[in-house]
Amino acid sequence: MRFRGRAWVFGDNIDTDVIIPGRYLNTTDPKELAAHCMEGVDPEFPRRVQPGDIVVAGRNFGSGSSREHAPISLKAAGISCVIAKSFARIFFRNAINIGLPVLECPEAVEAISPGDELEVRLDTGEIHNHRTGQTFRAKPYPPFMLELIRAGGLIPYTRARLAKSQAGAP
Amino acid sequence: MGMTMAEKIIAAHAGLDRVEPGELVEVQVDFVMANDITAALAIQEFAKLEVEEVFDRERVAFVADHFVPPPNIKAAEQCMAVRNWARRKGILYFEGGRDGGIEHIVLPEQGLVLPGEIIIGADSHTCTYGALGAFSTGVGSTDAAVAMATGRLWLKVPPTMRLFYHGTLRPWVTAKDLILHTIGRIGVDGALYMAMFFTGPVIQALSMDGRFTITNMAIEAGAKAGLMEVDEKTLDYVRPRAKRPFTVYRDDPDARYEIDLDFDVSEWEPAIAVPHLPSNVRPVGELADLRIDQVFIGSCTNGRIEDLRLAARILRGQRVHPEVRCIIIPGSGPTYRQALAEGLIDIFVEAGAVVGLPSCGPCMGGYSGVLGPGERCVSTTNRNFVGRMGHPTSEVYLANPAVAAASAILGRIASPEEVQAEALAV
Repeated sequence: MRFRGRAWVFGDNIDTDVIIPGRYLNTTDPKELAAHCMEGVDPEFPRRVQPGDIVVAGRNFGSGSSREHAPISLKAAGISCVIAKSFARIFFRNAINIGLPVLECPEAVEAISPGDELEVRLDTGEIHNHRTGQTFRAKPYPPFMLELIRAGGLIPYTRARLAKSQAGAP
Repeated sequence: MGMTMAEKIIAAHAGLDRVEPGELVEVQVDFVMANDITAALAIQEFAKLEVEEVFDRERVAFVADHFVPPPNIKAAEQCMAVRNWARRKGILYFEGGRDGGIEHIVLPEQGLVLPGEIIIGADSHTCTYGALGAFSTGVGSTDAAVAMATGRLWLKVPPTMRLFYHGTLRPWVTAKDLILHTIGRIGVDGALYMAMFFTGPVIQALSMDGRFTITNMAIEAGAKAGLMEVDEKTLDYVRPRAKRPFTVYRDDPDARYEIDLDFDVSEWEPAIAVPHLPSNVRPVGELADLRIDQVFIGSCTNGRIEDLRLAARILRGQRVHPEVRCIIIPGSGPTYRQALAEGLIDIFVEAGAVVGLPSCGPCMGGYSGVLGPGERCVSTTNRNFVGRMGHPTSEVYLANPAVAAASAILGRIASPEEVQAEALAV
């Protein structure tokens, strides 16, 4: 899997209340959620984000609430993947589960400026910055998580497993 | 090398003799929970699995508490979808009424979460139940849906951070101040991916209500879980309530701690976490001139009976400042009834506070007590993020119930001692 897009750069501790504020959680519609994505930190984001764009952030991205609406709103806004120095654990799980790729790579984050054209290869974890010509390698996923990502998230992965166990039953 | 209680609980649920931090394991979960917001997504994901029934109807609960009673038609529709699904599948369902209220107060009260268990909840403050000696962690709606269907979940075994508290608490320093000071010291990602183990004589001396306040906020340091030892107080709380048999696990004497911290709490003051991180902790005395617009006393952090008693001690015979909205919400039906029986509700209403129905209330900025531009709130909740309780320019100051009550009376951030001094002077 390969993604190419412009970088949106944010700081440390971008929490899920900023990604999608609580007052919008009376819906599960991804489009409605996307219309308010990142509103708390950049009110222009939902209007200006382009399909394929990449969110680049500092430490502890996605901290706070377990609301899956946060990665859903980013994905529905067109974000192809998130690169951060580190992730809050529930957000990391949720993103992988719903099929939003997330990469941990502090060195790449340090060397990315807003608007940089980035290219990401998920299988190798390579992050290439077309403006600077630099390439970085993200922390590799454990094999189990790669399997989840390849399956398209936890639901397709579990469906396949349930089908297999049923087929295998005597 | 010995094991921590977190490792022992995970090993037992994975069918293994031992586990190591960092290992990925699949565990059998004892209980799965979701609220009206996260269940709405979970039931959609559950449908995609093409599984008819949940793994065990007695071990899955929805607790509607965020938008309850519904403030608008969309929230009402969302709650209806969740309620109807719960009824159709025959799972446990709480929405207000005698036993309902905030998920993290309801489930321990009802004896549905127990020592030695693995509990997952589609709410980040699910870590609260660690005060009962359970391994209890927040997940998203998709994880919850899969666990509802299969009773199973993938987990990475966390390393344990041990936090040992000793010394003598000064007046008005509560469990809330212990956890705020702790997060102030280690930071909002200081325990990222770890299990926090809170121990020492100061923790042992706390009531169960105080212990829940501490484990509730483990997530605010990035932790996966926050655990406490099971002692007589835990067993006295759990035994009359428990809906299932349970097992008690303890740390081995030679258990391995990734980080071992020691806190002498004797010099700690009542704490305030200023915007916009729970780790921005300052002693209350440093902020005494800051005017406020709202006070909220309640939530899964500080909505228990002991919190209400503390607020009532300050508010008794006093008046809420004319420029302050003071909202007080007992965290559950039983807590509400207890507060009524003890006369606490009279004290609150007499003082000019608004007493709300058991729910999350203003905590997540989507319901009652939403803050307008620039408004400032002293809140006994757990998060002071940008826009958490309303407008992005509003401000939330996290504090204990006594500090919140004192601030409500004086119309500015205040320590309880100031109110008492004024009362004596009259």
